[in-house]
Amino acid sequence: MSGLGVFFRRIWPQLLTLAVIVGLISVMFPGFFDISIANGRLYGSPIDILNRGAPVALLAIGMTLVIATRGIDLSVGAVMAICGAVSAWGITAGYGLGATLLMALSAGLACGLWNGLLVAVLGIQPIVATLILMVAGRGIAQLITEGAILTFNHEGLIFFGSGSILSVPTPVVIWVLTGALVTLVVRRSALGMLIEAIGVNLRASTLAGVNTRVLLIAVYMASGLCASLAGVIAAADIRGADANNAGLWLELDAILAVVIGGTSLLGGRFSLIASLVGALVIQAVNTGILLSGFPPEFNLIIKAVIILIILVLQSPAMRTLLVFFSRDPRGVAETEKETVTP
Amino acid sequence: MNARFLPLLATLAIFLVAYAICYAQYPAMLSTRVIGNLLTDNAFLGIVAVGMTFVILSGGIDLSVGSVIAFAGVFIAVMLRDTGLHPLVVFALLLTLTTLFGAAMGATIHFLEMPPFIVTLAGMFLARGMAYVLSIDSVPITHEFYDTLQKIYWLMPGKGRLTLIGGLMLLVFVAGALLAHRTRFGMNVYAVGGGTHTAALMGVPLGRTTVGIYALSGFLAGLAGIVFSIYTSAGYSLATVGVELDAIAAVVIGGTLLTGGSGFVAGTLIGVMIMGLIQTYIIFDGTLSSWWTKILIGMLLFAFIVLQKGLVWTTAKRRIAGG
Repeated sequence: MSGLGVFFRRIWPQLLTLAVIVGLISVMFPGFFDISIANGRLYGSPIDILNRGAPVALLAIGMTLVIATRGIDLSVGAVMAICGAVSAWGITAGYGLGATLLMALSAGLACGLWNGLLVAVLGIQPIVATLILMVAGRGIAQLITEGAILTFNHEGLIFFGSGSILSVPTPVVIWVLTGALVTLVVRRSALGMLIEAIGVNLRASTLAGVNTRVLLIAVYMASGLCASLAGVIAAADIRGADANNAGLWLELDAILAVVIGGTSLLGGRFSLIASLVGALVIQAVNTGILLSGFPPEFNLIIKAVIILIILVLQSPAMRTLLVFFSRDPRGVAETEKETVTP
Repeated sequence: MNARFLPLLATLAIFLVAYAICYAQYPAMLSTRVIGNLLTDNAFLGIVAVGMTFVILSGGIDLSVGSVIAFAGVFIAVMLRDTGLHPLVVFALLLTLTTLFGAAMGATIHFLEMPPFIVTLAGMFLARGMAYVLSIDSVPITHEFYDTLQKIYWLMPGKGRLTLIGGLMLLVFVAGALLAHRTRFGMNVYAVGGGTHTAALMGVPLGRTTVGIYALSGFLAGLAGIVFSIYTSAGYSLATVGVELDAIAAVVIGGTLLTGGSGFVAGTLIGVMIMGLIQTYIIFDGTLSSWWTKILIGMLLFAFIVLQKGLVWTTAKRRIAGG
């Protein structure tokens, strides 16, 4: 089978889910697909989904890599808050836009380095290692903003939240570019395969000569970098840094996006594009609930039901059942190889 | 000396040193009034941390407890407002509900062989969502039975008050310690935490134990919800966000190994008290800002995790050296 065919076989369940949800919304709201250009920027519900989904999509890129190594990064929400606070502080303290962005991204990288060192060098389980920063991170962010919501009016920084490039909103450009760049780097080199090797068996990959320590640290740093981009976008969007609420619970949305994308929490094979589609699915559900006039409080229940359905379909017990009912052993072998998704 | 006791002793030492530092600066800290308040203010956290101790001892994690507490508060408030049921009946209904909820999560974890992390994450969304659906606004509780409950206390020497909910927390800790160290269920929890395969070979009923652990955690989260509603006299669906993290932190600071299989319920009590002490100190000081609580707890977490790692490492080395 051609490369493209394999690719579509991998992500068709995610695309189908997205299509069904968008289809449902557009049936209920005939005006859903109306896209207009005003003030040199695209407007419309589909654009809104792409735009609002930017932070989760960015987090999902880093989270996919981390989960592929059989890890998890709980700290991304707190890292978003830290980097948002750093960027707001930098711009109000009079540093230029370039220096401010550099500081925010370095803060994200430093957080990733901390997580990576705990996981790779001290050998602490990822849930526990990243829990430390998840608890302390919001405190650090509040330390930077001194407990207040730091607001700013710098046009250059606001551009990252509500500006547009060639009439496409900047957040969309950022996450699409980041996704494309990371995909290119991990798939056009052996990096992606090595990351998967770590997730399948850390010890075996070390023995086979993979520098697992450096690679693990790099993966957590990539996650920190993605979180800092998301943090800058979130801060620029509201023109201020809110240490308490920026990125609150987004780590869970990002993990959910990766799970919807069919990457197993037990590590191994991953697909960045499927995770990005997963992030869009989450945002489409959010937007759909808002549009439909359902009370937003149903949002969480619907998310919980989605997780449960995916869990049941992904569970090893379900696969055993599939093997039991399948008559064609070759077909089973095929489904076994792929992650089962709805 | 057994290395198993080292984390517990370290916790105890840190608590005593911290209290001594506080006492040196503010002699009023040693009064029974402060201790009574420490117990009352952290009652709900302590109760939920007992459940979390069992979950973590078994090598799992329960992220749903904070949401379950919020759901419990809203459920009680709405039931008391809309029906004529007596609070005790509502309590019984609620505890049945949260216990079944925990049991359902345990069953999902065991029978679908899924990581506890993601299953309880779904439970967290579900419980918080149900609380939202019941009421978005804060619902006050005005029932004379609540007034009587809030007025019950035992006057300690030195005019400190041991309130009903503070006493209840201590009772739950005693019951939890007995359950963990003196019953077959407790032994099974430790065995599962030591390794599921080994436990299964030893004849531990894995399914029953896993369901039991999460049912217990659900029950205690419900109980913590009742305590929290007595403490605040209201039910609010946005309350107790992130309490699961506080509970996990208390368990780890209390010296329980996050990989499971080793730890003590009594350690968790000291962990909760250390966290309460940090908050009390910050209130006494007055110039320190509240965010230092989070940073200090994060640092303590880090110190304990590294200590545990070092212990595991040295014992493994000694075992190899001893042949």
